[in-house]
Amino acid sequence: MSLLRLALLSLWNRRLTAILTILGIALSVTLFLSVEKLRTGARDSFANTISGTDLIVGARAGDVQLLLYSVFRIGDATNNVTWESYQDIAARPEVDWIVPISLGDSHRGYRVVGTTTGFFDHYRYRRDTGLRFADGAAFDDLFDTVVGADVAAALGYAVGDRIVVSHGTGRGSGAEHDDKPFRVTGILAKTGTPVDRAVHVSLEAIEAIHVDWQGGGRVEGLQIPAERVRNMDLTPKTVTAALVGLKSRITTFRFQRFVNGYEEEPLTAILPGVALSNLWSLVGVAERALSAVSLMVIVTALLGLVTTLLASLEERRREMAILRANGASPRTVMALLTAESGMIALAGALLGLGFLHILLFALQPLLDSRFGLYLKVDPPGMREGAILAFIVLAGVVAGLVPAWRAYRRSLADGMSIRS
Amino acid sequence: MRAKWTRTDRFSRLNDVEHAPSIQAPSIQALSIRDAAFSWEGGFGIEIAEFDLSARERVLLLGPSGGGKSTFLNLVAGIAPPSRGRIDVLGTDIGRLRGARVDRFRVDSFGIIFQMFNLLPWLSALDNVLVPLRFSALRRGRVADARGEAARLLGALGIAPALHGQRAGTLSVGQQQRVAAARALIGGPGIVLADEPTSALDAANARAFLDLLGAELEAARAALLMVSHDETLAGAFDRVVRLDDIARAGGGMAA
Repeated sequence: MSLLRLALLSLWNRRLTAILTILGIALSVTLFLSVEKLRTGARDSFANTISGTDLIVGARAGDVQLLLYSVFRIGDATNNVTWESYQDIAARPEVDWIVPISLGDSHRGYRVVGTTTGFFDHYRYRRDTGLRFADGAAFDDLFDTVVGADVAAALGYAVGDRIVVSHGTGRGSGAEHDDKPFRVTGILAKTGTPVDRAVHVSLEAIEAIHVDWQGGGRVEGLQIPAERVRNMDLTPKTVTAALVGLKSRITTFRFQRFVNGYEEEPLTAILPGVALSNLWSLVGVAERALSAVSLMVIVTALLGLVTTLLASLEERRREMAILRANGASPRTVMALLTAESGMIALAGALLGLGFLHILLFALQPLLDSRFGLYLKVDPPGMREGAILAFIVLAGVVAGLVPAWRAYRRSLADGMSIRS
Repeated sequence: MRAKWTRTDRFSRLNDVEHAPSIQAPSIQALSIRDAAFSWEGGFGIEIAEFDLSARERVLLLGPSGGGKSTFLNLVAGIAPPSRGRIDVLGTDIGRLRGARVDRFRVDSFGIIFQMFNLLPWLSALDNVLVPLRFSALRRGRVADARGEAARLLGALGIAPALHGQRAGTLSVGQQQRVAAARALIGGPGIVLADEPTSALDAANARAFLDLLGAELEAARAALLMVSHDETLAGAFDRVVRLDDIARAGGGMAA
């Protein structure tokens, strides 16, 4: 009979406490791995929000702020970029492509983004994935709109539906551009980025719905019908920001210096990757705190394991004495206990991993649709393997405490246990 | 001084144990103690002037409860190392063995039966009998079919085959003591040490137990050293020794 089988049978004899201990470890492992998964998933989603764009240009601002409003559509720009400056930049020889972004309006809580069809060609996420239409196509007419996947799903839009854009970004502001409704011409496929939660219209459309507005409100007594607007000059006066692709990456820093030193108006050009990592480092403290808390939970579970083993020692003194009388060395007694705690930790770790995968399968669609957080369900990688190995090792080390006690006791007790 | 325990030594000693005339002829000592002493950390100790157990001899060591009988057995079994003197078991001075060697030597040489709670309750009766073979290559080598021999011993000691696979914890105290006897005897150790094995049994069961044990000891040609406070058992033994006559036990003894 192998030592492992002895340990297993002994453990089976105390299966209720063993199962509870294993469950405790499993739940803590699930918590830890879930936090890890969420953390890396969030970071990946975050870092994958934009790619293929060399620079983002906006009015003078901090790089994180510019990134937040231009890409994540969080907060507002303090100033805009004039159309002249935009065109000046677009005309630079280094520039391969440029896509303007004009923000400020919303549709039922979703941001409206004024842009060009170039946005659908050049916007890249998750390394080099381009935008794809799930249905329909890019806008063609002045009052056409392309909605993101979440907008379409949440509001039940299909190609051909008519929608009305509200003035401003506040929910239910009441000021609606209801005289100039838009027609949905395209629905974008899911990306897991803020694009899913945006309503895209042309830059000219943004101008068109504001021709009879001034300073955030309709001009009294002035209402220009949609059909008349079509014949007006709809060249925008400003844009909020621009995504820029350069012909050669080598020119990135030179071009960034040019924009930052632009003399006509104060502008800022940021490298999206650098700004993303700056932004992430802000969030990093919370992220590390979360990891630390879940690590503490594991430590607590392992302490529970030690407690359980220590508590079981008293009732097992007889067992140890029987084994000692039949040739088990004190070391064997120690090995038996460490094997036991190792097995509990291993079972806990594996069960925890199982729980994680069940959770992932169950919650993945919800996380994706509700939070735009795409978590891949993949087999445990090196990192998870290392964490699990650490937990098993920690279980064995934790078992050393009661094992050492059992060792000392079995030396002192000898064969004389009578109760 | 620590004995050098080379591979050759070990094998020659094991062979000695296996083929030594000690098991065959009563004139050769199974156990010999000369001027040995030991005391536990708490101060309780024992000093033994002289004690001998011949091969195949059955000795009842009588002493009152708390009189040092268990310490005596711990000393003989090598669990408590003597601080002085000499204890020879089947020709080996066990005071010179250290660490795992003494544990291996113990299981090679002794079958041990406690007063109560002899068995691992979560193993079957049969698996309990097999435990010494897990730790003793010597005893394992003596039985060709371990499970067959365990079943035979259990049968001989009156445990019905239906109970062999039953968890030991579910057996009656009397049945458990007989399983413990089978475990002590499997693989033919030279000596069986028994620590009041009948104290939890009524007189009739105690007598039956000793009779069965006696028959199997005869078959295994093993010696028996049993400690007890019960003088009525004396009839089942070749010799009765009073602990007071050979040893001094008590608190505050110098180790």
